[in-house]
Amino acid sequence: MQPQTTETSVSVKVSKNEALTRRLKQFFKYKLAVIGLIVILVQIFLAIFANSVTSYSPTVQDLTHVNLKPGSPGHWLGTDNYGRDMWSRLVFGARLSLMVGFSSVIIGTVIGTLLGLLAGFYKFLDTIIMRISDLMFAFPGILLAMLIIAILGTSLLNVVIAISIWSIPSCARIVRGSVLSLKKQEYITAMRALGASHFRIIFQHILPNGTAPIIVFATMHMGTAILSTSALSFLGLGAEPSTPEWGAMISAGQQYMWQAPHLVIIPGIAIMLVVFAFNVVGDALRDMLDPNMKSR
Amino acid sequence: MGKQVALYQINDVKKHYPIKSGLLKRTKKAVRAVNGITLDIQENETLGVVGESGCGKSTLGRIILGLEPLTEGELIFKGENITHYRSSQLKPLKRQMQMIFQDPYASLDPRQKIGPAIEEGLIIHTSLNAQERKQKVIELMQEVGLQPSHYSRYPHEFSGGQRQRIGIARALALNPSFIVCDEAVSALDVSVQAQVINLLKRLQQDYRLTYLFISHDLGVVKHISDRVLVMYLGNMVELASVKDLYSNPRHPYTNALLSAIPRPTVAKERVKIKLQGEIPSPANPPSGCPFHTRCPLAQSVCSDQKPEWRNIGGDHFAACHFA
Repeated sequence: MQPQTTETSVSVKVSKNEALTRRLKQFFKYKLAVIGLIVILVQIFLAIFANSVTSYSPTVQDLTHVNLKPGSPGHWLGTDNYGRDMWSRLVFGARLSLMVGFSSVIIGTVIGTLLGLLAGFYKFLDTIIMRISDLMFAFPGILLAMLIIAILGTSLLNVVIAISIWSIPSCARIVRGSVLSLKKQEYITAMRALGASHFRIIFQHILPNGTAPIIVFATMHMGTAILSTSALSFLGLGAEPSTPEWGAMISAGQQYMWQAPHLVIIPGIAIMLVVFAFNVVGDALRDMLDPNMKSR
Repeated sequence: MGKQVALYQINDVKKHYPIKSGLLKRTKKAVRAVNGITLDIQENETLGVVGESGCGKSTLGRIILGLEPLTEGELIFKGENITHYRSSQLKPLKRQMQMIFQDPYASLDPRQKIGPAIEEGLIIHTSLNAQERKQKVIELMQEVGLQPSHYSRYPHEFSGGQRQRIGIARALALNPSFIVCDEAVSALDVSVQAQVINLLKRLQQDYRLTYLFISHDLGVVKHISDRVLVMYLGNMVELASVKDLYSNPRHPYTNALLSAIPRPTVAKERVKIKLQGEIPSPANPPSGCPFHTRCPLAQSVCSDQKPEWRNIGGDHFAACHFA
């Protein structure tokens, strides 16, 4: 036994750094995902330093410079129909969409994960939680969000709440699935044999082993959440028109689509890029974290 | 043997898994995984349990540890009837009963470092502080032949034999008196098997442990056990001391099992008893003696009457009309 022991300890010293570099290398193989990651990082950078990278307030109107084309002096992305700087609105819109995306994904994922853990672990809760989520699945997502906003009233905060609620059942279902397979593992039986409480088993052993699908879900859902926020704002159910929100910007700009197409095209491209970025990164994460996809 | 105090008494334990079918999910039949086991496990002995896969030996081990509710019967641990204990009542007892698992790859949490894995029982059951616990874990690791430097390694960094040692250290952490070894060495290769068995034997002496050693490997069971129980289709077939059972098997099933052990000698060609047919389904067991469908000695009485479990002399028990 002794020589074997020392042998592993040598190989093990390196393996921690190795594992990380291997993961990174693996990630960089997905070229699209790298582009997606760059887009996300740029968005995060703009969101954090929004005040430094813009020279105009996103809401101050300048009626002498209305509908300036991109490339105009002082306004490199032009201005909108009230003379507000498009670049500023775009950058502050990035901040807003990240905030809305993150908060709704975090709320939805945390609650969804908790419910999924309970449903997967306790059979009697499973039926209740899963039937309720079936009920919610029966509605198209955007319709459900509209329903919630109709009840709560129109505001960006309510958009966050609506999108959170709407993401709970899908998250719960994903977590439940992995709990069902994890709880049959022998190390969970070993914990029961040790006399571990359910709380300890669920949060110390099942949850840490079931994080991969949750991370993938959260990443993919960021894109969806951002898109839905814009969609709801476009429909007039989210941000007010003056707010620099991408969906609201498109909605306000559509009347001037023929005279000033950049009012619609610029926020449209921003939404598309960001949603695309989160989706490809989520895809790559799923492939990386799923042991069955390793061979690809 | 028989004069000692029984550490664990098992009285006519049955475990039936209902098969539900139809629209109203009515119980039509049941899989009789364990069908009437009565055992006295003596203190400081190793009781081997052998049988083909699917004969209910693992289920028996899980029932004994309270991991699986039983359908019928009684469990008496140290004179205490624990049959209907709720999990909160069982918790203090779990300190005294532990389990070593078959698959050392599956029985350790892949995301938990091994130090904390061994420590877990101490956190659950004792009020030791972090430093005392770490001290104890390191002692345990040395006891089972691991190095203290392994404390913060993950299970995937170890070989199968080392992982089984981790499992043993985890089971030992609470100073249990009784350990169920469920196929504890079956997943290891032969040389490592021997090391782990010797470790188990040494620990038994040092800590006065009692083992229920479940295995399908008759050679391993012979090496480690004091007494051996043979199971077939959830039923007890034969129970005797190792020497008695291996030299003088009285039940035709035991006989068939023993004749199947490969022997490295060429000198004496032994007659192998080849059993015909498959093991019957435990959902639909044969009438009378469960073994009569495959038994070379079967008579008409075997299919009519279930043979009684009886002492056939010298604490040698068997369930056969002709034993």
